This record gives sequence, structure tokens and C-alpha cells, in this order.
Amino acid sequence: MSQTKSNLERVLKAGKFAVTAEAGPPRGARPEVVREKAKILKGSVDACNVTDNQTSVVRMCSLAACTILQEEGIDAVMQMVCRDRNRIAAQSDILGAASLGISNLLCLTGDHQVFGDHPQSKNVFDLDSIQLVKIAAEMRDKARFAGGKDIDGPPEMFVGAAANPFADPFKIQVPRLAKKVAAGAQFIQTQCIFNLDKFKEFMKGVRDRGLHEKTFILAGITPLKSAGMAQYMATNVAGMDVPEDVIARMKGVAKDKQKEEGIRIAVETIQKLKKIDGVRGVHIMAIEWEEAVPEIVKQARLQEPAKKAK
Amino acid sequence: MIVAEQKPIEDIMGYLEGHTRILLLGCHGCVTICSAGGQKEVDLLAGMIELARKRKGQEVSITRMTLERQCDPEFLQEEMLGRVKDHDVILSMACGVGVQLVAEHVQTGIRVYPAVDTLFMGGVDQKGQWSERCQGCGDCKLPLTGGICPVTRCSKSLLNGPCGGSRDGKCEVNPDIPCGWQMIIDRLEATGCLDQYEKIIEPADWSKARDGGPRKYIRPDMV
Repeated sequence: MSQTKSNLERVLKAGKFAVTAEAGPPRGARPEVVREKAKILKGSVDACNVTDNQTSVVRMCSLAACTILQEEGIDAVMQMVCRDRNRIAAQSDILGAASLGISNLLCLTGDHQVFGDHPQSKNVFDLDSIQLVKIAAEMRDKARFAGGKDIDGPPEMFVGAAANPFADPFKIQVPRLAKKVAAGAQFIQTQCIFNLDKFKEFMKGVRDRGLHEKTFILAGITPLKSAGMAQYMATNVAGMDVPEDVIARMKGVAKDKQKEEGIRIAVETIQKLKKIDGVRGVHIMAIEWEEAVPEIVKQARLQEPAKKAK
Repeated sequence: MIVAEQKPIEDIMGYLEGHTRILLLGCHGCVTICSAGGQKEVDLLAGMIELARKRKGQEVSITRMTLERQCDPEFLQEEMLGRVKDHDVILSMACGVGVQLVAEHVQTGIRVYPAVDTLFMGGVDQKGQWSERCQGCGDCKLPLTGGICPVTRCSKSLLNGPCGGSRDGKCEVNPDIPCGWQMIIDRLEATGCLDQYEKIIEPADWSKARDGGPRKYIRPDMV
């Protein structure tokens, strides 16, 4: 398949250790909120995700916020969840995004709406994330809609998906990744990693099947802001694995030093992740704390002259 | 079976406001089995209505009747229709299907109200507990998923595996909900066909489900 205009794709294919981040769009219509986040992240990242109504809370749409990021000179990754749109809307949004110069698409299932601020709403789930990956890849490669008709001007998208090595059942997580790769996922962003041993076990399974050579795996990083956040994530966030020793380490420092400690843990984790065969970059999810990203990137020396990743 | 639960008595009394001659109709079908609208529940509800009216000093006359099946016109004909003219309201304890068929077959302009909320197609977990098993999508996926329905048992109706919110066999939506995909994976493994999981299941044809509009099924050999 041809190369898209995606900077992320270019960086990964050049063998550079990629850095992406995440920007949560505002709960309002003010574009300057997105521009501010772009200014913080610019220069530190190769691309930036915009979440799609994450945790089922209504926010500015990913497509619009991605367009603003692109105007600010950042390669945007449009996240798209299956919760809110059927195959007609999904394909329409992909065409619209491509027409506005967005070149990266991350296909996700989406959090259930009970977690958000409109728990009474009806969900869609016409498709699942694997079917969405396949449709997006075939729109590009075969110039064909899911319904079978031809596309006049196919969308050039670098298509990705997510993997959660910490979700259950564990034995199905590598086969599930294999399914996503078979569907056409060119890059993978993982759930944030605090439990390195479990992640290493997952990556061994990935390598055993050669999946790391068929897709670019970006390891997820979330800097902890406080011991309270670590505890909350460990107990209240579905699919998250924050081991006791990480929580204890955060609790072990004074409250006003916890942010620094969180960044330190993130940097140390990145150093360890870089040594894992098959990890081709990191995806930093600093939740409503974009300022942490340049600091982590600097301390982990991620944007220095290209180091050849395996 | 179709599982239903009785509506709050306050709602039911609201529908009956201003009516004195009530035909209370139970059903010997699913609502009898799930104890929502059989003869026993007809008697209980009639007693509650009479008591509520008595407290307010209001008159009421209730005819209690339980039909074989309210979803089949065969059982709605003489037995029920012959009694309708003596009443000014019908309160049906059948599922939503029964309530609608009763209303369709009553030609007198008499009002028909439901006494239950129809919940789902499900089975018995244990005495007094039922859970959903089928959504009637019209395109059964059970051969692909070890006999466990992903459309119904997965909170997101995912066809290609669990989402990232599956933890310790529980669904992210609610710890009382078992993860449908954990069950599917366990069953596939136990039956020696876990390799079947890696086959990508294509997007469903929802036109066979309610999304294609209200459905009709005709058996030419029986018409």
C-alpha cells in the first residue's frame, strides 16, 4: 500500500522511535483551548491523538479538534469509537477527515455510555473496532465502501488500533492483536503500562507470532499526578493495572513532589520500554496535563537525533 | 420466555383513574412462568386495586380472567370479546405483544392499558431471577461463538472479542454482569475450538434485526 501524508507513518517507517501524545478536546466550542494544547506539545511529539468523547463525556468532536491541531502544525491522529456512529457515519467521517488533511485514524470500541454524563443514551455498536479497522483499510486500498460501492477519491489514512495487555482474558490478548493486524492495523497504541512484567510477557507472545514485524507498536505511558490518582486508576478504571509498588512509590513522597515523581516513573518506564524488542515508540497519555509531555520527552531524550529502533 | 415485571401500582392506578368496570386480563404464557401476569398475579393485583379504591371510598368492579395466550387471536375471540362490553377499561397483564393484540381485537373503542413492563427474552438463573439470552437479531451468531450470544451477553454487542474493560470475568459496565466474551473464550477453549476465535467475523446484517423495520415471518406451508 502507498504511503499516506502521515508524519507518524513516515517517522515509524524511517525506524525512528516515535513519540505521540494525546489531547482531550474541550467541553465547549472554544478552539483556543485546542490551540493552547498544540503549542505545549509542538516540537515534542511526532503526532497527537484527539480522543473521541472519552469516558462517554460529550466534548468537541475529534475531527474538528484534529483539524485545529493540523492548523497548528501537528500531525493529528483522529480517534474514532464505535459507540456513537454506525457504518454510514463512520465512513462519512473518515472521508471528511481525509478531505481536511487528517491522515491518521485510531479505531476503538469506545467506553460504554454508562460511564459518562448521558447514561440514558442509546449506543450504536453497529461495528466493532476490528471491523472498523478493516473498513478503513479497505476504503483506502480498494477504494470501496463497506457496502461494496466504489469510492471516488479514497481516503489516505494510516490506520491504527489499540491493545490492552492488562485486560482479561489475558490469553486472548495476543490473538486479539493478531486479528487487528489481519484486519489492517498498521500501528497499535497500548493501554498505559505500569506493570512492566506483564507487558513483557505480552510482548513475548507478540514476537513469537511475528506481529511486531507486521505492525508498529507504541507503548502507552501515563504520568501519575498524585498517589490518589494512582490509587483511583488501580481500583476504579476498567482495564488498568497499577501494581502496589507503583502506588507505594507515589505515596512515599511528599504531596508537592508527587508530580515530579510521576514524571520520573514515566521516564524510567520509557527507558525500560525502549529495550523491549518490538516496541517502536511511546504514546504518552498525560490526562489533562499536557505540560508533562515536553518534560517527559526531554528527560527521556526522545527527540534527540534518531536512534535506530529495532 | 419473555420476561416481564409488574408496573408500580401508582402507575396502574393512574391509568384506571375515572374507570369503575375493569376487565383484568392475565395470560397463561410467558408471564405466568415468570410470575408477572398469570392467574395468581391477576388475583393479587385485583386485590390491590380494590384496596386502593376502598381507601379512597371509590367504587370498583373487577372481572378477573386469564387467557391461554394473549399473543394469539385464537384465544382472544369469544371468551374475551363477549365480556368486553360490560367494562370500561381493559388492564392486560401480558407482555407488550399480548397488550397490543388485545387492543387490535377490541373494536368497541375501549381503552387497553398494560400492567407490566416487558423486559427481555431470557431464561431462569434461579428461583426469582432471570437473565437475558437473546435479542432476536434474526441472524444467529451462536455457531461462531461457542453457543454464547455476543450480541446479547456483551454489553457492546462486540462480535470479534472482548473490549479492554473485561476484568476477572466481569464486564466494565457492572460487576454483576459476567463478561460475555470471557464466557465465549472459556467455552471455545473447553470445546477445543479456541482457534476459531481468530476468524474475523464480518459486520452483522442488522437489516434482519429490528433495524430493518418491524418484522414479519410467513410460513407458506401453514398459511
